[in-house]
Amino acid sequence: MSEFISIRDFLVQRNGRNALTIHSLEIQRGETLAVVGPNGAGKSTLLLVLARLIKPVRGQINFDGSPISQMDDLEYRRKISFVFQDPLLMDMTVEKNIALGLKFRGTDKEETHARVNKWSKAMGVDSLLGRRASQLSGGEAQRVSLARAFILDPELLLMDEPFSAVDPPTRAQLLKDLSNLLSQDHRTTIIVTHNLKEAAQVGDRVAVIINGELKQVGTPKQIKEKPADKSVREFLREL
Amino acid sequence: MSDIFEITLLSLQVSTIATLVSLLIGLPLGTWLALGNFRGRSFLLSIVNTGMALPPVVVGLVVAMTLWRSGPLGDLHLIYTPIAIIIAQTIISAPVVTGLTAAALAALDPRLQQQLLGLGASRLQMIWMLWCEARLPLLAALMAGFGSVISEVGASMMVGGNIRGQTRVLTTAIVLETSKGEFEKALALSALLLILTYLINLALTLIQQKGHKR
Repeated sequence: MSEFISIRDFLVQRNGRNALTIHSLEIQRGETLAVVGPNGAGKSTLLLVLARLIKPVRGQINFDGSPISQMDDLEYRRKISFVFQDPLLMDMTVEKNIALGLKFRGTDKEETHARVNKWSKAMGVDSLLGRRASQLSGGEAQRVSLARAFILDPELLLMDEPFSAVDPPTRAQLLKDLSNLLSQDHRTTIIVTHNLKEAAQVGDRVAVIINGELKQVGTPKQIKEKPADKSVREFLREL
Repeated sequence: MSDIFEITLLSLQVSTIATLVSLLIGLPLGTWLALGNFRGRSFLLSIVNTGMALPPVVVGLVVAMTLWRSGPLGDLHLIYTPIAIIIAQTIISAPVVTGLTAAALAALDPRLQQQLLGLGASRLQMIWMLWCEARLPLLAALMAGFGSVISEVGASMMVGGNIRGQTRVLTTAIVLETSKGEFEKALALSALLLILTYLINLALTLIQQKGHKR
């Protein structure tokens, strides 16, 4: 694996206060990094900055060796894909929802059709293509949201607590499916979660963010056995 | 009979044009107010919302004073023409369309913008998708805009002058017939106005409900 994303000397402020500080973080190509931390710690902020939806006050983010600040905004955003906590589907059919990002990119109909078929099958929603988004259950909607992200074949997949809004059995199944998919797919992914167990299930490494600061990065085992400081230890104890 | 046809046609023409111009102004302006993040946004919204309650007779007075021969735009010779009525009706309708557009877009989940951008939408593609998502309240804004002008009388009377064969519309004709004591004619014209308004709103409602069909 080679370095794909690097973040250096990074500060994000939101509403006039420091929301996230990262001195150094590298993410390898094909790696899944799970980000854990308490509510309001700054986990989602990291994803929003990486998606260029908010700008850091200082610091440099390199994407595949190039600073993202020097890349065209739209061109960069079309290399990534974002899955939010809620599916945020549009009021249209499942098929159109899955194809939305391809439509933005001007992909032709034939290719769109083939890719929609592939990813709707992979996510188990191929029987729902003609349904309106509003007719789906929470789990089905989140599967559609995942298909909509994967269909874009993004170089970087950002997922912000994608399963927190679904019931526990659905969540367990979705996590299992996602974990299988990511292990086959080797797509660089950053997934935010509250739960260290879930982080260990899907992530190659885990990053712990507490009070707007990246405290530790390591394998789930390293984090459990050697917490970087008292705040990480306390966070792990609370879980 | 041909008089009534002419009056009805002119009413529909001026109000439809005024509503379409309002849509051209109100849709982008309302979108800017709903999605923009700039100083003075709340103040501008409050101005637009106040504009939604603009008394047509006041608009008529201001537009008439502007278009009178001695007014700043008197050289254009627009007073007592259908164009003058369209201008006045647009001023009445544009804040309604703008305010309701801003409200419709502000009611959407704010994360939808981030989601669309996160899927690779350009700014214009994002705005188009937000309009599609808010299509039902936006159609309601269009209906409210049309309703505010097809039924107004004060501005049309003041800037149009209610000239037979030139600027007489249904509402001004109703006022004239009432003042002459021709209540039967006034009632017939009122019924016609109501039926027309109903038919136009029925068509828009059917479009709206089609969009809402699950």
